[in-house]
Amino acid sequence: MISRLFKFSGGVHPPEHKLESTGQPIQVLPVSGTLVLPLRQHVGNLPKILVQPGDHVLKGQLLAEAVGAISAAVHAPTSGTIVSIEDQSIPHPSGLPDVSITLNPDGENRWMPLNPTDWRQRDRAEMISSLRVSGIVGMGGAAFPTQIKLRPGGGSGIKTLIINGAECEPYITCDDMLMRERADEIVRGIEIAHYLLGPEKCIVGIEDNKPEAERAMREACARSAVKIDVAVVPTLYPSGDARRLTALLTGIEVPSDKRSSDVGIQVFNVATMTAVYRYFSLGETVVSRIVTVTGNVARPGNFEVPLGTPMTALLEAAGGELPNTNGLIMGGPMMGFSLPSMQVPVIKATNCIIASAPRLFPAPPPVLPCIRCARCADACPVSLQPQELYWFAKSQNLDKAREYKLFDCIECGCCSYVCPSNIPLVQYYRFAKSEIIAQDKAKEAANLARERNEFRLERIEREKQERAAKHAQRAAGAKAESADADADAAKKAAIAAAMERAKAQKAEVQPKNTEDLSDAAKAEVAAIDVRRAEATAAEPEAANVVKEKQENG
Amino acid sequence: MSAPPYITGNTTVSALMFKVLLALVPGIVAYAWLFGSGILITLALASVTALASEALMLRLRRRPIMPFLSDNSALVTAWLLALALPPLAPWWLVVVGTMFAIVVAKQLYGGLGYNPFNPAMIGYAVLLISFPVIMTQWPAPLELAQARLSFADQLAYIFGRVLPAGVQLDAISTATPLDYLKTQLKLDHAMTDIVSAPVFGAFGAKGSEIVAGAYLLGGLYLIQQRIITWHIPVALLGGLAAISGLFYVIDPQHHASPMFHLLGGAAMLGAFFIATDPVSGPTTPRGKLIFAASIGVLTWVIRSYGGYPDGVAFAVLLMNLCVPLIDAYTQPRVFGHGKS
Ligand code: SF4
Ligand code: SF4
Repeated sequence: MISRLFKFSGGVHPPEHKLESTGQPIQVLPVSGTLVLPLRQHVGNLPKILVQPGDHVLKGQLLAEAVGAISAAVHAPTSGTIVSIEDQSIPHPSGLPDVSITLNPDGENRWMPLNPTDWRQRDRAEMISSLRVSGIVGMGGAAFPTQIKLRPGGGSGIKTLIINGAECEPYITCDDMLMRERADEIVRGIEIAHYLLGPEKCIVGIEDNKPEAERAMREACARSAVKIDVAVVPTLYPSGDARRLTALLTGIEVPSDKRSSDVGIQVFNVATMTAVYRYFSLGETVVSRIVTVTGNVARPGNFEVPLGTPMTALLEAAGGELPNTNGLIMGGPMMGFSLPSMQVPVIKATNCIIASAPRLFPAPPPVLPCIRCARCADACPVSLQPQELYWFAKSQNLDKAREYKLFDCIECGCCSYVCPSNIPLVQYYRFAKSEIIAQDKAKEAANLARERNEFRLERIEREKQERAAKHAQRAAGAKAESADADADAAKKAAIAAAMERAKAQKAEVQPKNTEDLSDAAKAEVAAIDVRRAEATAAEPEAANVVKEKQENG
Repeated sequence: MSAPPYITGNTTVSALMFKVLLALVPGIVAYAWLFGSGILITLALASVTALASEALMLRLRRRPIMPFLSDNSALVTAWLLALALPPLAPWWLVVVGTMFAIVVAKQLYGGLGYNPFNPAMIGYAVLLISFPVIMTQWPAPLELAQARLSFADQLAYIFGRVLPAGVQLDAISTATPLDYLKTQLKLDHAMTDIVSAPVFGAFGAKGSEIVAGAYLLGGLYLIQQRIITWHIPVALLGGLAAISGLFYVIDPQHHASPMFHLLGGAAMLGAFFIATDPVSGPTTPRGKLIFAASIGVLTWVIRSYGGYPDGVAFAVLLMNLCVPLIDAYTQPRVFGHGKS
């Protein structure tokens, strides 16, 4: 049993809107029409395409394989023919099209030969490496490739395995329904993760607004040979954020500059555990997921759909959108983003689709200046000072913004939610982050150029010296001195070369923190320029205020 | 449908400020009951002046008028200033003070959110420096006054400075208890004798101690509604009580009791309504404690040694100056970081 729960400061409790979509069981939707499979459904490298237009593929077949350490494979959600491989509109905050595979189903929905295994007999290292072809990513919406997080036992150093069933965002209920209906599958998955990581304890964290899910999970956990605790946490957004949930359940604050695995903790979403179970026990790769369809639709609910299904098919399954629908939000209302069109496909990160309408999301009242009421600071789960960050971001005081830990911001939106002046704070932070990242990159490039130049100058100098030395040698016939100078110069050159290599490597490495950001944030960072334009366009008031400030001197 | 979050809580600046006004109502009722309904005239005057000056300034500054006029912040400034002025203050005093507060202390600094000083207290301080005599002349609480003025009489007095036939100024006015205390102490009278004078009530000043109680009530409502946090009122009153208590214990014959300090003058109004002005105050919890405790101590110092009857206004303004520094040095520890 968990002896006690801990707390994190801040958080908000928006209206939950969860009951709408929990009235009916999860409905399994058949394949409908053409499927579009974006290659970029996860955080990390773009996978390498293995098929060509015209190829016939079976359900579960590998279409694109993971490239590099952080990447995930893409599989065929049903059997059929590859029609094209080209840029298509995808569900991404940038709204930009990206390379996708289009699959024309043959209607047979025929699996490739599956080989269910008894994972208990398998070697852990071999299991881990086989995860590379599973296509499994964090199914809570973060879409971080799971193989990175499931290193073999012993060496993993993981002491606590946390299973995230908090599902703190309003409207989203796919994890809730999954826990209610398929608790055993989740627990089987936890057993596998337990086998691979060998933690001392396993805790499932569930918010107290999901009593049915909690009961189902408790029963399923009781049936397991592995000791798994179920802990109920208070309903308080963003308790489902991995670091917040970790703090709630263990009292440990994962240091800002570390991963949770560095302090012996690993966090997985419940749906990820189901995927792990299906992969290892049934041999099924990731070909479908459960999506909550809610908001301004006739019959909100949860649907298990093949990946690549267009959102329109989902809306139809939910009884169609009601009048006044003015767009779709993927994810929750706090951290989700508007979809560029209703045609975009379901991807692995699609946990929820909300049909928006003015009645649900009325246009916010006009933006007023910050009155320094500090409600945002009270609500910030990271204990930042959003009002200060806002000032720094607005006045382009980026060094100060960084100093005030801008990059610890998880873009949860709590600050914007409570702000009485309706300031779109999160947008300012995204803008400032992207600016800083861009500046850092520019600086890095400039440094590299400078070092190259220095290296060049040094070489010229060295050659000059060498020539001079040779000259002197010839003139004076003194040999020992020249050998010394040579050795010195060679050493210098070696150091400079090493420095340059190190710099070049550093430049390749992703800027710090992107991986610790929320899922939406990660996607953001990739699409920063677009967002920047949007932020400025959406903020005439901000521009005014800045101008006003300048006017006032 | 631009960017997340797509939902917002339903707090607006206008609602926040409205609740502040609402929280002032018990104090106003007590005030009107004890010092005469003339305060309602003063409040109305200040309100109209504030709204008019705000609208005019917004127009001159080419700002949208309605969103700002309806944020209720000008009314809060107006009411706080009106309540800090002596009852039955002449109309022009109210108008000049309010205009100064809105035009100079608020709008010229950039309007809502940009004023480094509490506008109401700037207005008050300017009046106190410019018109010290009127500003320290308080009508006696009704039960001490030898003559009672009807509402019409008060109206006439405020606008025309005319008293009904046969009534002398002395009959309705008195020194404020804080003032009285100071002069008496200067004359070396013992505290025990001083506080037995009729202007003193059971704890503090007669009449105003009840008003102070009503402000306390309103202040607790603000805390309950989460409009303000407990930090500033508790630290301000705590600071004031601590220093006055210390000196009272050392030398009770020459120092007023902490109770007197807490319930006399503008301490309660200051603790819950004035020092809690978000714009000109600090934002961090520790900063709020330092800020408010300092105001409490400064208030006592000014009351005891300064040339003005009450110290709250100057203490608040002085501490407003320190806000950027306080905020910078009291940043809370960020999640996942070591001690800052
Ligand atoms: S909640 Fe809004 S108005 Fe209040 S301090 Fe934060 S940013 Fe400023
Ligand atoms: S969005 Fe960032 S600053 Fe705002 S509450 Fe969340 S973590 Fe804090």
